Amino acid sequence: MSARTDTPTNNSDFSAAKCEALTNQYVRSDGILRPGNTNCAGCGMSLGLQWLDQGLEGEKPTMVIPACCGIVTAGGFPTSAYGVPTVATTFASSPAVATGIAKVRELNGEANPTVCWTGDGGTYDIGMATLSAAAERNENLIYICYDNEIYGNTGGQRSSATPLGVKTTTTVQGKAERKKDVMAIMAAHRIPYCATLSLAHREDFLRKIKKARQTRGFRFLLILSPCPTGWKSEPTDSVELVRAAVGCGLFPLYEVFDGVRYRINARPDGTPLDRYLAGQKRYKSESIDVGLIHSQIREQWACLEALERSFPARKED
Amino acid sequence: MARALVTGNNAAGHTLAVAGEANRVARGCCGGAYPITPQTEIIEFLRGFKFTKGEIVPVESEHSAMAVCIGASLAGARSFTASSANGLTYMTENVFAAGFYRLPIVMIAVNRTVGPPWNIWVDQGDSLALRDAAWMQFYCESHQDLVDTILVAFRVAEDRRVLLPALVAEDGFILSHTTMVVDLPEQNLVDRYLPPCRVPHQLSFKHPGTVGGLTWPRETEHHRREIQEAMEAVPAVMREALDEFEKIFGRRPHGAFTAEQTEDAEVVLVACNTMARTVRRVVEARRAKGEKVGLVKVKMFRPFLREEFAKAIGSAKRVGVLDRNHSPGSGGIFWTEIATSLRQRPDVLLQDYLVGLGGGDVLPRHVEEILDDLKARKQSEEPIWKEVAA
Repeated sequence: MSARTDTPTNNSDFSAAKCEALTNQYVRSDGILRPGNTNCAGCGMSLGLQWLDQGLEGEKPTMVIPACCGIVTAGGFPTSAYGVPTVATTFASSPAVATGIAKVRELNGEANPTVCWTGDGGTYDIGMATLSAAAERNENLIYICYDNEIYGNTGGQRSSATPLGVKTTTTVQGKAERKKDVMAIMAAHRIPYCATLSLAHREDFLRKIKKARQTRGFRFLLILSPCPTGWKSEPTDSVELVRAAVGCGLFPLYEVFDGVRYRINARPDGTPLDRYLAGQKRYKSESIDVGLIHSQIREQWACLEALERSFPARKED
Repeated sequence: MARALVTGNNAAGHTLAVAGEANRVARGCCGGAYPITPQTEIIEFLRGFKFTKGEIVPVESEHSAMAVCIGASLAGARSFTASSANGLTYMTENVFAAGFYRLPIVMIAVNRTVGPPWNIWVDQGDSLALRDAAWMQFYCESHQDLVDTILVAFRVAEDRRVLLPALVAEDGFILSHTTMVVDLPEQNLVDRYLPPCRVPHQLSFKHPGTVGGLTWPRETEHHRREIQEAMEAVPAVMREALDEFEKIFGRRPHGAFTAEQTEDAEVVLVACNTMARTVRRVVEARRAKGEKVGLVKVKMFRPFLREEFAKAIGSAKRVGVLDRNHSPGSGGIFWTEIATSLRQRPDVLLQDYLVGLGGGDVLPRHVEEILDDLKARKQSEEPIWKEVAA
């Protein structure tokens, strides 16, 4: 945890002059995520935000962030770790607030992208109706879910993104249900672009951000985002855990165009599943059935391969 | 002036639309829209209006309707929406957010009973449930009052000294679905009346910050006190807004309270919305018979101007409050505000009447009965359930 000892937290003087002085002191134009944020070491979001910045190639986004670790990242008022305009929205509202912002930007001929940056709780659970509606309206938004498969900000409770068998503070015996397939749900909205992004595959990640940036309409990006605190993993292992998740086939890298054309970006490379599971104490549970996970990975790939075969992406996608 | 025969909802829709259109010279207008009886015609009207620089987004819920307004307002646009009853309760989280973000959004609340059980008729309990959300609240007695109040609400809400959202309430069906001749404000006059909307804390690339992020208790206390101070600035700003309205439109809308025949009144009834008009008729009839009765119509409920209210009742010794709402375990919501306003007046007998709840048709004879009860009573008691059974 990077402590923020330099932040005034008990200061009652919010005069314009004081705020201006603080702004000049703390505002640095070094990207979306600036140093001094509150993210834990090894948080997938930290890398994700930096790569988002690089992928946008200098285009400044407006960040719309609901209740999640991503808004704690900003730190306490009046400072902000985000170097771009940012709104902290109510939990279920980010795509609707972003809709209002994007509409007004468009009415005023401003090309800057509006980006929703949300956790899995805000995406798979409480924000699902809002997300679905914004996708159905094909709002001109980039929606990014950094999926750490738990309610990380509240200390690690199950969400519908939590995998089968995983221990959380509200599934102490291991989760009895499977993870929701949010990519299938979003593809079913026939939005222009859906993709999964890996924090261990930088070129692929940046290419997808660029693709999203160049596409109009609703774009949904899913990042598997390690949470060492919740996953009970080593912060230094975060990137390698994602590499293992992709390599063993658990987290497939693929894109869906207009909800109907598929392109797989990386296939399982024989990485043993255990390389992913062993580094995380959340998988140390009697309810983990490794054989079942293997069969679910095979099933997932059979589906994905069939989709890509039957509905391949076009060259120009 | 365009005189037109319109329903309350069409009048409200028209007024929101011309107010939004007036901001085409700045960052335009944008809001979310979601249907619920009895406000639906308002959002239908807005969706049908051809804005030069504006867009109304048909969202999937009231919660998102207010979220779109929040985003639009943070991006610097003029923003508005409408809702009723369970739509307002479903929207509540974002209603509070809009207030605490200090965004000058205007919302029409077409008053309807909150269910279950399901009842589409008028009751002020829905908008009054939002009284702590840092919104101004205005209650309208007629079609014309509604139209004028909406324009005044935009002007006060967007004033830099205030910067708070405003809720403008009209009675479901009694006003929303009935037709009256109204002076509908024309675009050129509204363009003159409403300056371009400026949201000083609009999202900015030049000064990036996090709007609505984390604060500690001390900053939060400061934030709440600033909101209180903004509420306290409303009366002066509203006076200016009414003066300017009179100059441009040639008529003066009602202020926070309207004291009618209270100078020498011994007995005063307090009411809002269309019920105030029924009370006015009864008061006039009793005056004709020589009875010293008066009416205080409450138009502005937030901020509630306690001192001004205490003055409005004059020297009356008996005050009866007609509450078309109910806070379970307490009583009428207007009554509790009025009781705190009259805390320096132990000589006043204050009695609350819960009347017309769930849309019961409050007729002049019911008001007569309330007046007779108030005049005859030796002391006040707990709120009286005045059933109208209609």
